[in-house]
Amino acid sequence: MKITFPHMGTTYIPVKMMLDELEVEVVLPPKSNKKTLELGTKYSPEGICVPFKIITGNIIEGIEQGADTVFMLTGCGPCRFGIFHALQNEIIRDMGYEVEFITADRFSNYQGLKEFVDQLKEASSSNHYIKILKTIRKGLKLLNEVDVLHDLGNKIRPKEINKGEVDYLFSHYENEIRKSYGYIEMMEITKSYQEKIKNVSINKSRDCLKVGIVGEIYTIIENYINFNIERKLGNMGVEVIRTTSATEFVREQLDFIPFIRSEKKKIYQAASLYLDIPIGGHAINTIGNIIRGVHNEYDGFVHLLPFTCMPEIVALSILPTIEKEQNVPIMSLVLDEMTGEAGYMTRLEAFVDLIQRRRELKNEGKSFSWY
Amino acid sequence: MKEKVFLGIDVGSVSTNIVLMNEEQALIEKMYLRTMGNPIKVLKDALHTLRDYHGDEIEIIGVGTTGSGRDLANFIVGADIVKNEITSHAIASSTYVPDVKTIIEIGGQDSKIILLRNQIVCDFAMNTVCAAGTGSFLDRQAARLGVPIESFGDIALKSKTPVRIAGRCAVFAESDMIHKQQLGYSQEDIINGLCEALVRNYLNNVGKGKDIQAPVVFQGGVAANKGIKRAFEKALKCEVYVPIHYNVMGALGAALLAQKELKKTKKTKFYGLNTADVDFQVKGFECSHCPNACEVVGIYKDGQLAARWGDKCGRWSNIDLDSPVA
Repeated sequence: MKITFPHMGTTYIPVKMMLDELEVEVVLPPKSNKKTLELGTKYSPEGICVPFKIITGNIIEGIEQGADTVFMLTGCGPCRFGIFHALQNEIIRDMGYEVEFITADRFSNYQGLKEFVDQLKEASSSNHYIKILKTIRKGLKLLNEVDVLHDLGNKIRPKEINKGEVDYLFSHYENEIRKSYGYIEMMEITKSYQEKIKNVSINKSRDCLKVGIVGEIYTIIENYINFNIERKLGNMGVEVIRTTSATEFVREQLDFIPFIRSEKKKIYQAASLYLDIPIGGHAINTIGNIIRGVHNEYDGFVHLLPFTCMPEIVALSILPTIEKEQNVPIMSLVLDEMTGEAGYMTRLEAFVDLIQRRRELKNEGKSFSWY
Repeated sequence: MKEKVFLGIDVGSVSTNIVLMNEEQALIEKMYLRTMGNPIKVLKDALHTLRDYHGDEIEIIGVGTTGSGRDLANFIVGADIVKNEITSHAIASSTYVPDVKTIIEIGGQDSKIILLRNQIVCDFAMNTVCAAGTGSFLDRQAARLGVPIESFGDIALKSKTPVRIAGRCAVFAESDMIHKQQLGYSQEDIINGLCEALVRNYLNNVGKGKDIQAPVVFQGGVAANKGIKRAFEKALKCEVYVPIHYNVMGALGAALLAQKELKKTKKTKFYGLNTADVDFQVKGFECSHCPNACEVVGIYKDGQLAARWGDKCGRWSNIDLDSPVA
């Protein structure tokens, strides 16, 4: 069996590691790129969101490279994401490929988790339950370290003295990790790059603007579709705080297990002033994370959403009220197939100008409210 | 003694605008040129013209570039400041209308709204997925009606009876307009209906949820259209100002920013008007180094590779590296 799975930012690292450990052969599709988008758009329904299109493209590219099995998350609840796998299964079949889909339902209770483990066991016929559980733990650990590395980059990038050093390290990191195999090696590389990033020479006294990235999780994490927004802002001298990560997402699913903690409760609590019930997707996280960011004195927020994303459209309609009542700038960017970056750069630059000026006024001691 | 001036360049998708502004912030020359998809040529021609007409009487002591082609323009002329068009437009408006609170800017391909409070930009928005609220939409409908775009506004002002035309989308507007024509409505009423449709679309799309307060300034190429101005006044129930230099406000903002910058730096980075004689060539290739397959563009100054951009990893910004031969 040769298994492939779609990309979402750097989540491929722990997923590949887990499959390595279970001795399943992995076909890693190329990182999402123009061709992925083209393929995905060609075979997807026109009106669906861009994450679906890219994921479909990833799956097709994986199959073209010889995979006979597709691993895909699913689950009723988050948003249309729950039916992605079913639709994609149909699409792949219509294209004439004979492949197996292994789907893991959301594992937010013991039953779901057991099904997930069973699926993994089926995929790797020779493996024991204990080994599978151990591997899942390793997966969570690596996922966490990869996210730690990522956030470290966001913290260091705006302060680096030699421009481009952090980006350079990241591109080398991904090259190395793609060639590596299994837990020990991947963990070692990740840890060593954490050290390298920490050792980048920085201007400590630089007082950076802080911008929180909120919105739909795929568009936050997959930097192909958000045109590398964290890098772009970072290189403008802004400290970017990604309010959601794959680690947090997984924790929110697994926090029924006593020793796993997520921020879910705090986020929901913070959001409750404006939205007091989860309405699917990450709408409530968007709202809650903005309020939490306001308390942490972020200078502004960039809200990312795919075109036609229902949950985020609801969040979008709440944002003007928050902007007004919390006196904080929020800029929404709708992402779709567009790959021309100039328009987004203009908006980002203007947004940074705006929050920069606000910060200056604040520092001059003028309280500044627009309303 | 040559007059000291600042040069502002706004390279937009449809037009390239150039202004010369003196130290008292008065405009002494403005050019509104069609970019025609060739910003390098347009810029060089403009520099030629400036040298021919003003070369003897002026000294350029600062340069600012803006617009979507601002980085390219910076590379060609050597700018002291490179700024996005939102900030530039805001600076220009608030210099000439100091208490402005809302700026409506409608150009060929995009439209924006900029909100200012106490002369500070506090919010802005740009159209994202649809061009139905922009100049191109009007251009197209004017062509269909056989009316020159320049007289569009005057005709709209003659309208007495309002005719409602769908503004949601250019395609809907077109079919709606044809149906109303077939029913016999007069041309001026239909044209006025189109102006109102554009304004409705703008306010529902770009201006959605924004707190629009007077004074309102209307600028960009479409501000020439009196019909649109009136439609805005009707919809917003307040007076809408169109500045004299409404079509070059971006460039003017760039010149103002250059003036500010020069107070700090003292010396300009401008390459001089003779840049007009330098030969610039652009060659692109698709990088095959990783799956990103970036479209890399290299610019050649008199045959020498001078800069490269478009790659995500930064590999090609090292100009000692040879471009792959296609």
